[in-house]
Amino acid sequence: MSDGERSVAITVDGRTVMAQRGELLIDACERTGTFIPRFCHHPRMQPVGMCRVCLVEVDTGRGPALQPSCMLECIDGMQVDTESERTRKAQDGVLEFLLINHPLDCPVCDKGGECPLQDQTMAFGPGESRFVEEKRHFEKPIPVNENVFLDRERCILCDRCTRFASEVAGDPLIHFQGRGSATEVNTFPDEPFSSYFSGNTVQICPVGALTAAPYRFKARPWDLEEVESTSVVDSVGSRIVVQSSRDRVLRFQGADADAVNWGWLSDKERFIFEAYDHEDRLGTPLMRGDDGELAPVGWGDALAAAAAALSDVDPDRVAVLGGARLTNESQYAWSKLAKGVLGTDHVDAQLGDGLPAEFILGLPRATIDEACAPNGVIVLLGPDPKEELGALYLRLRHAVVHDGATLIELSPRATGLSPFAAHSLRVRPGEAADVVRAMFGEGGTAPIGSVTIEEARAAGALISEAALGQNRTVTVLLGRQSLAEAPGTVVDAALALHDRIADVRFLSLLRRGNVHGALDLGLVPGLLPGRVGLDEGRSRFAEAWPTTPATRGRDALATLQAAADGQVDVLVLLGADILADVPDHDLARRGLEGAGTVIALDLFLTPTVAAADVVLPATAPTETDGTVTNLEGRVSIVARKVTPPGTARPDWMIAVELARRLGVDLGISSPEDALAELGTVSPIHAHLDPGSLAAATREGILVHGGLALVRPAPLDVPSHDKNSYRLVVTRSMYDRGVLTAHSRSLAGLAPVTRLTFEPTDFASLGVVEGGSIEVRGPKGNVSVVVGPDPRVVKGTAHVLFNQQGVSAGDLIDATATVVDLTVVPV
Amino acid sequence: MPEPTTVHPAGMGYVPHAAGFVANDGPKLVTSRFPYEDSYTLERALATGAYTGLRSALGLAPGEVHAEVREATLLGRGGAGFPAGVKWGFCPEGVWPRYLVVNGDESEPGTYKDRLLMERDPHQLIEGCLIACYALGLSQCFLYVRGEMALAQERLAAALNDAYAAGYVGRNICDTDFSVDITLHWGAGAYIVGEETALIESLEGNRGMPRLKPPYFPAAIGLYGKPTIVNNVETLANLPWILEHGAAAYKGYGSEASPGTRLFAISGHVVRPGIYEVEQGVTTFRDVIYGDNFCQGIRGGNDLKAFIPGGASAPWFFEEQLDLPLEARDVSAAGSMLGSGAIVVMDHTTDVVKACLRVVQFFARESCGKCTPCREGTSWEQQILERIVDGYGRPSDLDLLLDVGDNISPGPYPVAAHGDDGLDAVPFPPLQTTICPLGPSSVAPITSALRRFRSEFEAKITRRDGITVRSAPVAEEAPA
Repeated sequence: MSDGERSVAITVDGRTVMAQRGELLIDACERTGTFIPRFCHHPRMQPVGMCRVCLVEVDTGRGPALQPSCMLECIDGMQVDTESERTRKAQDGVLEFLLINHPLDCPVCDKGGECPLQDQTMAFGPGESRFVEEKRHFEKPIPVNENVFLDRERCILCDRCTRFASEVAGDPLIHFQGRGSATEVNTFPDEPFSSYFSGNTVQICPVGALTAAPYRFKARPWDLEEVESTSVVDSVGSRIVVQSSRDRVLRFQGADADAVNWGWLSDKERFIFEAYDHEDRLGTPLMRGDDGELAPVGWGDALAAAAAALSDVDPDRVAVLGGARLTNESQYAWSKLAKGVLGTDHVDAQLGDGLPAEFILGLPRATIDEACAPNGVIVLLGPDPKEELGALYLRLRHAVVHDGATLIELSPRATGLSPFAAHSLRVRPGEAADVVRAMFGEGGTAPIGSVTIEEARAAGALISEAALGQNRTVTVLLGRQSLAEAPGTVVDAALALHDRIADVRFLSLLRRGNVHGALDLGLVPGLLPGRVGLDEGRSRFAEAWPTTPATRGRDALATLQAAADGQVDVLVLLGADILADVPDHDLARRGLEGAGTVIALDLFLTPTVAAADVVLPATAPTETDGTVTNLEGRVSIVARKVTPPGTARPDWMIAVELARRLGVDLGISSPEDALAELGTVSPIHAHLDPGSLAAATREGILVHGGLALVRPAPLDVPSHDKNSYRLVVTRSMYDRGVLTAHSRSLAGLAPVTRLTFEPTDFASLGVVEGGSIEVRGPKGNVSVVVGPDPRVVKGTAHVLFNQQGVSAGDLIDATATVVDLTVVPV
Repeated sequence: MPEPTTVHPAGMGYVPHAAGFVANDGPKLVTSRFPYEDSYTLERALATGAYTGLRSALGLAPGEVHAEVREATLLGRGGAGFPAGVKWGFCPEGVWPRYLVVNGDESEPGTYKDRLLMERDPHQLIEGCLIACYALGLSQCFLYVRGEMALAQERLAAALNDAYAAGYVGRNICDTDFSVDITLHWGAGAYIVGEETALIESLEGNRGMPRLKPPYFPAAIGLYGKPTIVNNVETLANLPWILEHGAAAYKGYGSEASPGTRLFAISGHVVRPGIYEVEQGVTTFRDVIYGDNFCQGIRGGNDLKAFIPGGASAPWFFEEQLDLPLEARDVSAAGSMLGSGAIVVMDHTTDVVKACLRVVQFFARESCGKCTPCREGTSWEQQILERIVDGYGRPSDLDLLLDVGDNISPGPYPVAAHGDDGLDAVPFPPLQTTICPLGPSSVAPITSALRRFRSEFEAKITRRDGITVRSAPVAEEAPA
């Protein structure tokens, strides 16, 4: 379609402007400089035309008539008068109606100063009220969940929050109740608004009816300073606005990045700033003294001790773990220090819970927009996006529910997307590749676990049809389905999909903040910055770096095993809480104990950090300038808004200081330096510079290119013994992770986990729900609390990772392909 | 056939509805079975010709049935008076399935014709549904009955079971290829669900709130997003007669523009209130209010003060409009609407301010709360009127009332001509800032009463007359 066919000419207040065919009148007017007041209209939700304040006089050839501009699509020749007497009177009248029962508590209302009702009343409303009766009264704010409060007196019933809950989040737990002037928004009795996304309703509320606990009564909008930044809670890279007052961050708001989060945030992304602001943050370096206790020391002593440990050490006996939460610039500095100065390749930002870096980087990659393309096909071969990547879940849900995308799910347990899936194949650990082959008509006709051959083929047929000629994109969402399953099983299944679907693309679901930056910047074994292998890339770094590692190093799990075996003299932990995050707790413990000197850079004194010998306090994302890379490879800006606690320093600066004490100038004195140097050594990053990034603030800049597809050898999966249960370990949105645990609003939301079974499996155990049984696994016998769960598939047992109740890390053996548990008879 | 009282024992608070039907002289197109005590049973229905119209229809091609209905100019009886045969033609080509939804959520104050049609002759309605489904090629009909109509629900359910058992509903009706399922659905007590898109929302299990227009007709996008024909109970009840006797015979009754008969519910201060089957267009308001064959005049020989010609939503008429025919077109031009056929008569003893308040109260209470002007405006109107009735009105309140009304329904509001003042009529319908006509309906009593009886409002404001501090709802007070 040419531009001419797509655009129509409309007349707004006598001025002719061009609008897109089908564009809503209210949007076309705003785009061309005429603001029409609105409350219910929200660009990311379906129009409802309820508040009626956007009425304008429109003539479509049948004479001027008042029409809601949020419902009206532009058509050619439309005459709009936003300033006519009838328009003004209608808008005036609606504002008066909205105000008659609205309390005048603006002086104590959090919204005062940034309130659309206040602003639009000033601009469009009547000067004074003619309402002399008693206003409507409700109990002042009632909690609708742990963090969100609802003041029904202030509510103007615009349907934004309720629409968000049902239409966007899919958690229809707040509703209109009552009718007429007694209409109110409320939850069902005894059923709180338990949604991972409830904070968005606070942000989109056009009045002060919904407020969030972390910000209530903390500041007035005119006292806030703000800067746009990127969320580093997970790898979606949601754009946020960081707002602070008096050098303290008080609020994160979602920013509408069209390619990423559409303005939405998960509550975890929204409220995590409480952890950055927590009083337990490390502000001083610590060092283990002669008494064996960690004690505060100056930076000079701490850096000297760390440098002493690192100088003259055999590169093969140094390892660096973590770094997935660092900025790209800090990752580059640490990559340069570890690989270019120390010369070790025992570097891994993933902690045994990810996928092989070369494999991810070698696959054809999709953006979020490509994955969520209307009428596309989405294959989920990974974790539950609702639990791990909240903002991405909202985009995926929108694609499937509203944009006609088809979802096919291969997962060992029902996910948040299961209700919308065309086919939900319940795949037991280790069997994903077999199921993929069955989908495309290969293999026998026997069911694979609980997946029947008919079901698998029906799902495969959908993909084949889509790939063949229907011009629909096929995207595989790829990540670890279960932490109790070797990554190789997912790799095999992904390769099987790759080989059978033409033009398939992959979207990585690796979850940790800037893990994709770490992959791109060489904080993984075998790679150098710029998605290049050690040998292929060596020449590029010959000038910029003093050295490069001679041979490929160990990944995190192998490093920990080596440390346990006494082969690691210095272990550097870049914000890596290995005791909590490495799936195999026993291995993590042994590795940490067996390592020589442990140097930890972190925000908090986690149990892991408490075992270190030198502790260097690092800055949080709100205190750091730089960039991060999201799961698409999209680089966007992280901006410093407040000063760090004590003398905490950015990670890149610590790398520079350490290098200097080792006699090497890294050549970096600012994040911009790191980015500039990166551009010279990495062609894929060459187009990034502070200017281009600033110009593309909101949408960021994609990094393309890199490795060829690698094909790891297929894994041999042991067959499933009918008397055992194959262990599935997944994560939930809130866990005992150090940041969640230090966010007041989120800490209490982490569930208590149990080992759960499919209900008939559970019945056969002969124990009551909540009772204990003893199971035998690769790590010996463990007593666990058990229960039934209809989301679990037969023959498997499920537990959440890093939660109270059952310690999943004590059941997992990192060396095993799958973990089978047997019940020990009483 | 179980008696209703066995299902709703007296102790449960249910009372069988009053008879309410007056068998006046005249053509009986839809009430012919009403006088029988057992009119609602299948036996009586079959003995008096029920399902004959259906058999006639089944003998024709569906298109011929549709043509017959179009030819009969059967006007919708729900209020808007849109020709049913034309509405049936609005379904988009090639989109299936389609549904027939029967609007039995009759809630307009003063109207109870559909209730009697369901209580007294459920088989006639079922037959009408089947004819409509046959004409349109539908196989699924939803019959939505107002929640409060316990007896109608019970008799419809029993009749439907009998009709299924007798082979009139279900698979292969009357041994033909024609199959239809009729599903009953009870409302939960909301006036607004009488609005067809709100009814569809309610049927889908959502809150009964009107949908945005366009699309203007559910025939395009209706129930479950599919083309849906929504017809009123009385509209469908006319179909058996039309199919049995033909469109030409139907057009022998009533006027050319409004053929056939209509049921009028006449209430208020008349000698003989009730439901009357009246030939449209050729009968006047004076005939039905004063005629011996109808209401037999005002009680006690009192003078007429005002009357509502078409349910609580309609602007009021007065003496001058008595000679208007019961013809939708003429009534609209005169500034009101024939609506659902509910005439409420007020004699000279009526306190119009209280009457006005009572009607506004109804709309304030029944506002669904979806759009701002109706949700806030109707209850504000009520609060102002309450203040005036209580003797706390301010002189500015009268203009305020009119202006609040203007913000719900902008521009000149439909009103009847006033001969003495030389004021002209403003024709129906009103404009609206709201989504549906409920809000603007609340303006009708205010503009009607204020324009004609402003002095009575002023008397209350200046405390010269009629001040009572209300302790009980206005409606329960005995007339003076």
